[in-house]
Amino acid sequence: MIRRQVDAVVVGGGSAGLAAALQMRAAGLSVAIVERDPFLGGILLQCIHSGFGLREFKEDLTGPEYAERFIRPVLASGIDVFLDATVVDISEEPHGRAVTALSRGLGVVRFSASVVVLAMGCRERNRGNVAIAGTRPAGVLTAGLAQRLVNIEGCIPGRNVVIVGSGDIGLIMARRLTLVGCTVRAVVEIQSYPSGSARNIVQCLNDNSIPLYLGHVVTRIEGRNRVEAVQVAPLEDGNAAPDAGFRIPCDTVLLSVGLIPENELSRAAGVPINDGTAGPWVDADLMTGAPGIFACGNVLHVHDLVDFVTEEARRCADRAVAFLQGEPKRRMLAVSPGANVRYVVPNACAPDRQNVFFLRPLVVKNDAVLEVRMGGREVKTRRFAHVQPSEMIRLALEQGSVPFPDEGTTAVLEVAIR
Amino acid sequence: MLGDLSTDACDVAIIGAGVSGTAIARRLSSYRLRVVLVERCVDVSFGVSKANSGIIHAGFHHSPSSLKARLEIAGNRAFDALQAELGFPFRRAGIIVAAFSVEEMKVVEHLYAQGVENGAPGIEIVGRERLLALEPALSHDVMGGLFAPSGGIIEPYRFVFALAESAAANGVRLLTGWEVASASRAGDAWRMVSSAGEELAARWVVNAAGLHADTVSALFGAEEFRILPRKGEEFILDKGAAGPPSRVIFPVPTKTSKGVLVIPTVEGTVMLGPTAEEGEDKEDTSTTPETLEKVFHLASRMVPRISKRDIITAFAGLRPTLPGDDFFIDISRKAPCFVQVAGIQSPGLTASPAIAERVKDLLKAAGVALMEKPDWRPDIPRMERTRDHEPWELDQLVAKDPAYAHVVCRCEGVSEAEIVEAIRKGHTTLDGIKYYTRAGMGRCQGGFCTYRIMRLVARETGKPLESVTKHGPGSELVIDTIGRRTGS
Repeated sequence: MIRRQVDAVVVGGGSAGLAAALQMRAAGLSVAIVERDPFLGGILLQCIHSGFGLREFKEDLTGPEYAERFIRPVLASGIDVFLDATVVDISEEPHGRAVTALSRGLGVVRFSASVVVLAMGCRERNRGNVAIAGTRPAGVLTAGLAQRLVNIEGCIPGRNVVIVGSGDIGLIMARRLTLVGCTVRAVVEIQSYPSGSARNIVQCLNDNSIPLYLGHVVTRIEGRNRVEAVQVAPLEDGNAAPDAGFRIPCDTVLLSVGLIPENELSRAAGVPINDGTAGPWVDADLMTGAPGIFACGNVLHVHDLVDFVTEEARRCADRAVAFLQGEPKRRMLAVSPGANVRYVVPNACAPDRQNVFFLRPLVVKNDAVLEVRMGGREVKTRRFAHVQPSEMIRLALEQGSVPFPDEGTTAVLEVAIR
Repeated sequence: MLGDLSTDACDVAIIGAGVSGTAIARRLSSYRLRVVLVERCVDVSFGVSKANSGIIHAGFHHSPSSLKARLEIAGNRAFDALQAELGFPFRRAGIIVAAFSVEEMKVVEHLYAQGVENGAPGIEIVGRERLLALEPALSHDVMGGLFAPSGGIIEPYRFVFALAESAAANGVRLLTGWEVASASRAGDAWRMVSSAGEELAARWVVNAAGLHADTVSALFGAEEFRILPRKGEEFILDKGAAGPPSRVIFPVPTKTSKGVLVIPTVEGTVMLGPTAEEGEDKEDTSTTPETLEKVFHLASRMVPRISKRDIITAFAGLRPTLPGDDFFIDISRKAPCFVQVAGIQSPGLTASPAIAERVKDLLKAAGVALMEKPDWRPDIPRMERTRDHEPWELDQLVAKDPAYAHVVCRCEGVSEAEIVEAIRKGHTTLDGIKYYTRAGMGRCQGGFCTYRIMRLVARETGKPLESVTKHGPGSELVIDTIGRRTGS
């Protein structure tokens, strides 16, 4: 077993981990990144389409290009990078945390660290999670796995494809598979509105004349060895109406039915999880319920722009540095989602500085008003021409805009959409 | 040991490498017999044996007059010794039958009487308080029930793989992808031809063909019967799911089925099921949309805290049933030197060691010379698994092979070394590797590890990624490569 002593261990070398590690290193910390793949960059490496970095770099980059902007400085910064290494345990030590990783090249590596930044990202929901009935042939795979197979392994998963769910990865893959010569027969979405961005609906589906069935479900997958068809039915009063259904012959079914923050390691480390996000509960410092363990990126909540992941990771890193330097904890008050809001992250607010929140609407709505209230008091309102669940909202509250609650009261900052 | 199989007849050919066939093969491997085990699928355990509830039953469900009941009890007893020899995942978690009404308690009393008569060890009728103490996850609406401490849980495919490995280590020849297409008598032996045209001669044939035992019986001109598939759908909940029980929970049974159970699996997931639907199609292992609500309704009545949110996958298995629902294990009265092992549905897994014993006895009674091998080895080498060790205690294993420190399947913690071992033992399909190692069986269902496993198969077999299948020919995982390599 190899032992290493560092200030900070970053679990995961994707977009969140890279930005957090760089930011902590710039503040003078000794940092180790532990990444299970043989390369840094995470899922960005298989996202060879463009559209990344518009906010962060004011440029239109591909996923690998965006990753490269962080990988080069990381490699030049003296950050200790452990590739092909999987963190299998995080446990408490007298002065911080012990992080144990298994590495193909080094064997067992045990880090002693003062802070840990969780940046493991998320995983895709699969067929079982959405309970699609039928047979279990080859040719049923998640959109992200298909993306990996096409863009990195250089394989073509099938010829005639039906995509279940209209999440962004599914839409991107509809275009990608069309470009490699597959026929995408349909995208089937259970909601009455697309799950992916409007831009991807236009560029990936409309531009390739791929039909989108909103308010429809795949009720059955057919085929013994290989997928032969799917049965599709419209929803009537929330239930599939098979009588009005139809059959689409295909040899491949891609699932793009949502992402889940991957927190099994966090749970095992004693980090409390927030049901609303499936990510850790975090305070205004993006610190989890386990002191010294921070979280950022898709492990915390699923983002739709990598640029926001980068921003959140840097903020997380700044707070981790402050924690390490022994800065006293600020006063905080709880933040909770109100009407029409699925979640707000972080789950607390520190009124004596600027606070940035990410929140996800529960509804599709035109002329929406975002309201931030504390008790009966209005803190901020903001108007939106349009909100929808697939578009995360960034909300900044300037220093001084949130009043300190009176001593002894338990005021909550509530964020609602009306 | 085995010469040319087409001309030089082996002593016994067993058709079907499910739990019955492999148990029989292992039992016969202790004698000086030349035994061949043939399987139509590309791997063992790919039929009925891979899709069942993984329960070692406790011997109270079946009437003392049935063959089933006798073999169930005898089989159950054999599992401690078998586990010590073969090292498969198995635990006597205990079985509870939960009753919710006076009428259901009457059924429990009947099961108890039946169990006592069968000789089920340690069973008792328990009142509400003791039942809730035995299993706190049970609904507080429960009135009482039956407790059978000898009931257990097992990984069924691991058991079958272990039996097959033990049989092979003791000289049994395994032929996979070998479907019997025709059979005829040639002198004092059977001559079989596979669908691929290969030949095999055997003095005795054991029909352990599961769902297809009727077809095989007909090929040999033996008894006419019809196996009907009774479908059972199951749902798997993630490790760490809400409110899991620690014991197997049964409802009171109906006439056709033991009911929908809540099963804490031996590897830490929770299984709900099975249903029982009579059908005709022996290939129809599809799941149905209606079943989810039904199964959850029945299961949550017993264990209220389970949640649909924790479902990671669903599957269906087929029980090979005969009219009358008992096992049919006997020497054929129509075809010479032919042993029937048919209708092996629940509790076939439990009974399998006793089924093997019975087939051995039948052969002996029929005059087959059974001379014990002095060098028969009951043990097989234990498979090392990274997840069985605390991470900081892995140095020794990693020194042996650094691939034990390469986690390929993150959900189940399966290392590259384990997957490579499976591949080198001949399990080269994604499903075969999954059943052998559990890689791809966890919460992401292969979302992250499928391409890694495909690469390992390609590396170890020297074949391209396009040739890697899910469960055999026709189930290739990808169909082509981009810009197919040309020439050099």
